[in-house]
Amino acid sequence: MTRPAISQNRSRAAGDRREPGRRGYTLFSILLSLLSLSAVLLPVGAHAQDAASLLQKVRARLDQVNDYQAAGLMKTNVPFLKVPEAQVIVYFKKPDKLKIKNEKGISLVPKGAVTISLNNLLKGGYTTLDAGMDTAGGYKVKVIKLLPQDDAADLVLSTLYIDEARLLILKARTTTRENGTYEVEMRYGKYIAYALPDKVIFTFNTKSYKLPKGITFDYDDGSKKQEIPAGTKGKVELSYSSYIINKGVSDGVFQ
Amino acid sequence: MWKLLQIELFKIFKRPRTYIPFGAIAGMVLIIQLGLKFDGRSYLELMMSSLSDSFYIPYTMIMNGYLVAFIILNTLLIQVPLLVALVAGDTVAGEANMGTLRLLVTRPFSRTQLMLVKFAASVIYTVLLLVWMAILALFLSMLLFGTNDMLIARNNVMEQIQASDVLWRYVAAFGYATVALSTVAALAFLLSIFAENSIGPIVSTISIVIVLTILSEMRIPLYDNTVKPWLFTSHMLAWKGFFYSRSDGQGAAIPGTIENLPAILRSLGVLLAYIVAFVTAAIWVFKKKDILS
Amino acid sequence: MSTIIQVRELSKRFRDLQAVDSLSFSVQEADIYGFLGQNGAGKSTTIRMLLTLVAPSSGEIELFGMNLRTHRREILRKVGAVIERPDLYEYLTAYENLSLFARMSGIRPTSRLLMAQLEQVGLAERAQSKVRTFSQGMKQRLGIAVALVHNPDLVLLDEPTNGLDPQGIADIRNLILHLSAHQKKTVLVSSHLLHEMELIANRMLIIDKGKKIVEGVATELFDPAQTIVELDTTDPGFTAEKIGQSVWQPFLQERQGEKLLLKMDKSLIPAFTRDLVQQGVQILAIRPRHSLEDYFLSLTTANQHVEAFTN
Repeated sequence: MTRPAISQNRSRAAGDRREPGRRGYTLFSILLSLLSLSAVLLPVGAHAQDAASLLQKVRARLDQVNDYQAAGLMKTNVPFLKVPEAQVIVYFKKPDKLKIKNEKGISLVPKGAVTISLNNLLKGGYTTLDAGMDTAGGYKVKVIKLLPQDDAADLVLSTLYIDEARLLILKARTTTRENGTYEVEMRYGKYIAYALPDKVIFTFNTKSYKLPKGITFDYDDGSKKQEIPAGTKGKVELSYSSYIINKGVSDGVFQ
Repeated sequence: MWKLLQIELFKIFKRPRTYIPFGAIAGMVLIIQLGLKFDGRSYLELMMSSLSDSFYIPYTMIMNGYLVAFIILNTLLIQVPLLVALVAGDTVAGEANMGTLRLLVTRPFSRTQLMLVKFAASVIYTVLLLVWMAILALFLSMLLFGTNDMLIARNNVMEQIQASDVLWRYVAAFGYATVALSTVAALAFLLSIFAENSIGPIVSTISIVIVLTILSEMRIPLYDNTVKPWLFTSHMLAWKGFFYSRSDGQGAAIPGTIENLPAILRSLGVLLAYIVAFVTAAIWVFKKKDILS
Repeated sequence: MSTIIQVRELSKRFRDLQAVDSLSFSVQEADIYGFLGQNGAGKSTTIRMLLTLVAPSSGEIELFGMNLRTHRREILRKVGAVIERPDLYEYLTAYENLSLFARMSGIRPTSRLLMAQLEQVGLAERAQSKVRTFSQGMKQRLGIAVALVHNPDLVLLDEPTNGLDPQGIADIRNLILHLSAHQKKTVLVSSHLLHEMELIANRMLIIDKGKKIVEGVATELFDPAQTIVELDTTDPGFTAEKIGQSVWQPFLQERQGEKLLLKMDKSLIPAFTRDLVQQGVQILAIRPRHSLEDYFLSLTTANQHVEAFTN
């Protein structure tokens, strides 16, 4: 998955300043109010600043990579798809071009996998919400919610789980209007310096699949067929073996 | 017996009507290939309609020679049994009708040999029909549409087979189809003994195959566990089983595997048993039969 | 002279039709054996039983001294037959048909042999023509060629002259005579052309309703010096008794229902008649048989079937 591009965002201003009031008790109570208020407002203001600046730092990290070509193994685990593991090449070019190609055969690529590249998540105007801390992949992460300002955008809400120490997005969950909710998990290893994952696990909603027997004429071998419960999610895992980074990728690849 | 078989094959292939099924198959295959070449996308869109919302579907790559061959086989292996019945139903009844049966039976070889040779000739004819179908449906499709991985739409799952993993499955499938069609040939052969005109056995065979196929496909609990497993028509589609792979614990297909080989072998066993039964019955009846034609 | 065909008590029943009933006869080597009877008498069924096309209900058949049931293959190698109309593969040529049946009969025919066979039946020029273009007579001749191609010792011909013109009939006659006289083949011919049978057969069997009527040397059957005389009287039992007590006893052959059959020189008939009358026999009719046709008609229930035997 790609790195988010950090765009400008508005954040809440730091706390207000007040004029000193009348002498004595009134002055004291005002000061006390002010102090209390600052105690409440200052941390929020400070966290809001943290979320935006954290995103900016992560973005800066992601911006190191202009393009890459990665060789990987794609495993598809979708209830109604029985497909073999496939050797794929993933191409990326800034700002948001992504293509997964199977050089030797056919791969069914989930639609969300491309549309919600991390770059796209951080594109455009959005409101940032600090949603506290959580754990992901065994690491403590900061949870940041992004609400796009464009009401017409397909993206409705994105939640990023960011490892603050390493400035890495470990997980992203995105809800879209058209295609439900996707979740992307990233695991890092060899290419951590570029914030490029070794493994990406992409989980998504699937529609139910059934074709009438009168069309398929399946062979009935007498075994019981398991019914796939509605709402079962699909999963695609990409395990990267190597990246070729910033060596140039032609636009023709993305046609 | 080999000499007799050569003579029997000579007679079959000297007869113009023998080539009609070859022509029919060529016509049907070319029509399907033409249709898919010009509008295969519509067919695929129907098959992939549940997937196209969630996945990018590379329609052009999917409509390759391997899939086209599968589609053709899917269609033809319903009609080809009828073509097989045309020839097999004529083996004995046709001779009786022509009046040559009495000349054959008065030659110095046994009636059993005669029947075995005639049936063997029907099976060879069936094999040749299938080879012809393989050449047109598979190899010509590969030439016209290229090759790639094969996607098969089953009732509740979409199977993908890597291109390098396809051909051996077709060999196995055609091999199985030979046995399946030979079962129809054996039935037509048996019915041919009772008639002095080939129309009767041909129509009877076709009727029986149609009725039993309907029974095999219907979902009526009364028949599901009692009658269906024993109908030969329930086992004629088992060639498709060669295109169903096993999956690992996480839903990925394992190349080079077959989902349920024991089931296919059981189906094969049922068909072979039917062939033995039909042919044995045919020989038994024929040995006792008074040739009055 | 060996016995080529020996049939004992042969019977065949098809459901409620007794097609052949306790038939016994024998055919000697080099015989031209005439097999006569009306349509439906059981001739074809008998021939089919000799060829294992039809299984007997009872009885024994021996050919070449071997039991047909147990030595079928060896026997059939030595038998050639034309059964009713000569149906061959119409989509094949004459040559192909002949070659095919020759090979099925256990020989490896050379091209020369096949052409010689076709020459013998006058079809050499049409060797490469498809049989569907042949006339009935040509098909008949080809059928005979097929029957003879493997040089069988026994030839069974069921109505071999069907569809032939007079020249063709004469050719078949000459062929049969040649086969017997020069090639020492045994020929069993069934036919309804009685005058043709008179010309070629040396022994005959006449059957009716599946039963043997008479079997014997042809010359004996209708030699005027050995005339069969049919005697109709009011009391056949009384008549037979009287004949048995008289000098005419050696001439008495058999009783057939209400008729008595005797064999005598034609010239003795008047004296015989006189004697019978003197002994009180009431004679209704006395009929000498002068030809095979008369003889045949007398023996079979032929009166209502006369038309069946006119050409």
